[in-house]
Amino acid sequence: MNAPLVQANDLAMSFDVSAPWLNRVIERKPRLLLHAVDGVSFTIARGQTLALVGESGCGKSTVARLLVGLHEPTRGQFRFDGQDAHAVYQTGLGLKLRRRIQMIFQDPYASLNPRWRVEDIIAEPLREHGLLSDNEAVRERVEALLYSVGLAAPDRIKYPHQFSGGQRQRISIARALATQPEFLVCDEPTSALDVSVQAQVLNIMKELQAELGLTYLFISHNLAVVRHVSDQVGVMYLGRLAELADKHTLFDSPRHPYTRMLLDAIPKMHDTGRARTPVQGEVPNPLNPPAGCAFNPRCPHANERCRVERPALIARSGTQVACHAVEENRI
Amino acid sequence: MSLLRVEHLVVEFPGRRGTLRALDQVSFDIAPGEILGVVGESGAGKSLTGAAIIGLLEPPGHIAGGEIHLEGRRIDNLPPEQMRRIRGRKIGAIFQDPLTSLNPLYSIGRMLVETIMTHLPVSAAEARQRAIRLLKDTGIAAAAERIDHYPHQFSGGMRQRVVIALALAAEPQLIVADEPTTALDVSIQAQIIALLKRLCKERGAAVMLITHDMGVIAETCDRVAVMYAGRIAEIGPVHEIINQPAHPYTRGLMACIPDMTQERDLLHQIDGAMPRLTAIPPGCAFNPRCEQVFERCRQERPELLAAGPTRAACWLHASGGGEP
Repeated sequence: MNAPLVQANDLAMSFDVSAPWLNRVIERKPRLLLHAVDGVSFTIARGQTLALVGESGCGKSTVARLLVGLHEPTRGQFRFDGQDAHAVYQTGLGLKLRRRIQMIFQDPYASLNPRWRVEDIIAEPLREHGLLSDNEAVRERVEALLYSVGLAAPDRIKYPHQFSGGQRQRISIARALATQPEFLVCDEPTSALDVSVQAQVLNIMKELQAELGLTYLFISHNLAVVRHVSDQVGVMYLGRLAELADKHTLFDSPRHPYTRMLLDAIPKMHDTGRARTPVQGEVPNPLNPPAGCAFNPRCPHANERCRVERPALIARSGTQVACHAVEENRI
Repeated sequence: MSLLRVEHLVVEFPGRRGTLRALDQVSFDIAPGEILGVVGESGAGKSLTGAAIIGLLEPPGHIAGGEIHLEGRRIDNLPPEQMRRIRGRKIGAIFQDPLTSLNPLYSIGRMLVETIMTHLPVSAAEARQRAIRLLKDTGIAAAAERIDHYPHQFSGGMRQRVVIALALAAEPQLIVADEPTTALDVSIQAQIIALLKRLCKERGAAVMLITHDMGVIAETCDRVAVMYAGRIAEIGPVHEIINQPAHPYTRGLMACIPDMTQERDLLHQIDGAMPRLTAIPPGCAFNPRCEQVFERCRQERPELLAAGPTRAACWLHASGGGEP
């Protein structure tokens, strides 16, 4: 196997959330930057799934939007199949690259145009990328796509409101697959769905991956879902990776105190009546993150060093973890 | 005696193309101090059941049949003014989104004091003291200062604590909590569930916990009602419902939840989707998706039948053997 298909090197994205210029001058307010993603690196091999997990505001969706080119990174590089994707996005070849990278969004009620028929929704990328122009060929392709996600050919003339949430998400998947992409960025694809429908959609995604050799970046806050779909898992906290490991290592022997906390916070289905150990505290304000390790105010193992020095990702027995306590063998 | 008794509750929505029956013959009860979980997929009627109990059905939805009794007194036919006095005093409500259930123009202290003074015979100063104590109980640090803050100055988890404080303000015996942790992150969710459980135990309040999250149900509830297409499919003790469900729908539902403890290549899936209210099949509503369906299921609607430790609306559990 050659170089990994997806390579993120030190990706960072800051948003300028300062007050308007005049207010800054009059009220002497400083410029304010929100570091949504702050130096995230990972690789995904072809045909594999990397899952990013974390609580709201940790920057996982920003990573997704960076990869598909909806944001320009403020620092770092995203290499896709050996080429610098953001450099290519700027050129005439950008369209060709976008064809190979597609996205599935969280809310199937918002991501499908309610005034378009399903066939127009699914055919849009085909026409946009100039893949098929002959109407008969487009129709055949749309029907094949609908079939591959478990919908029927006659569904193509319906409108999105005639479908349930799970069916709509299937339409989103069919649209994403229309250009025959290699890499799918899925931002919480099942969070808006009921569990029984979630199972159907996750199964379809897995079957399509096996059949078409797709590579997934799967973003979720649900660790049980992540355990089911992923090969590798990255745990994010306040814009940085706290831990990155293959699935089994991460779930069987989590190293970072935040990962352990997240795993403990999941309700266990079959131990009824057993209360979880609730973790104290909340995610700090990302505009004013704590110095040192961002997790230190909530961490039971924090010491002086954690409050001052920011830990880097280090390799430790099969996992990469950003924690001083792990580095010093304190935990 | 049970605290809340719901008998054959029917809720209908009249429409241009006929009347939709959104809740159909729903019966259950809640004992004092008990936590009853209500689970089901979207559209199964769980929130509607809660709304019917607290008397906040959105018109044109209305109760078209059945009765609701609180402490032995019928409450479903009370005039709005009397129902308003019961709401808050006898039944507290917690909703999903803590941002929309608090008034952004009022300080949280004003909301709490107003709620306390509406329902309890106390002076303004005493109400404020109670409010501060309530906020302290819900784990809000520096409650005496925070009481004058507005909802936007609190984080999501903190807001939900305020909502819980509001629901408990007039010391009701029953709390209807509709998806209280769905809008929150897992780490905060654990805090809120622990808090709700502790406070209700201390005060002896019963809880009707409506959620789609089986994990939350498992760790919190004493009993569970599983709803499907506006009906109760199965009801029983939480341990039995999760570990040895009797209704094929409950069994399918449990199997399709990704589990942290075991790995499967593909998840179990129940094919198809819950029927729309306009097209509920005759007989058992689950019959078109059921793997164990037989003739009787297509014709006759099953009542809740004893099925070991639980009760399930399924002909498989009919006495004398249901199967052909």
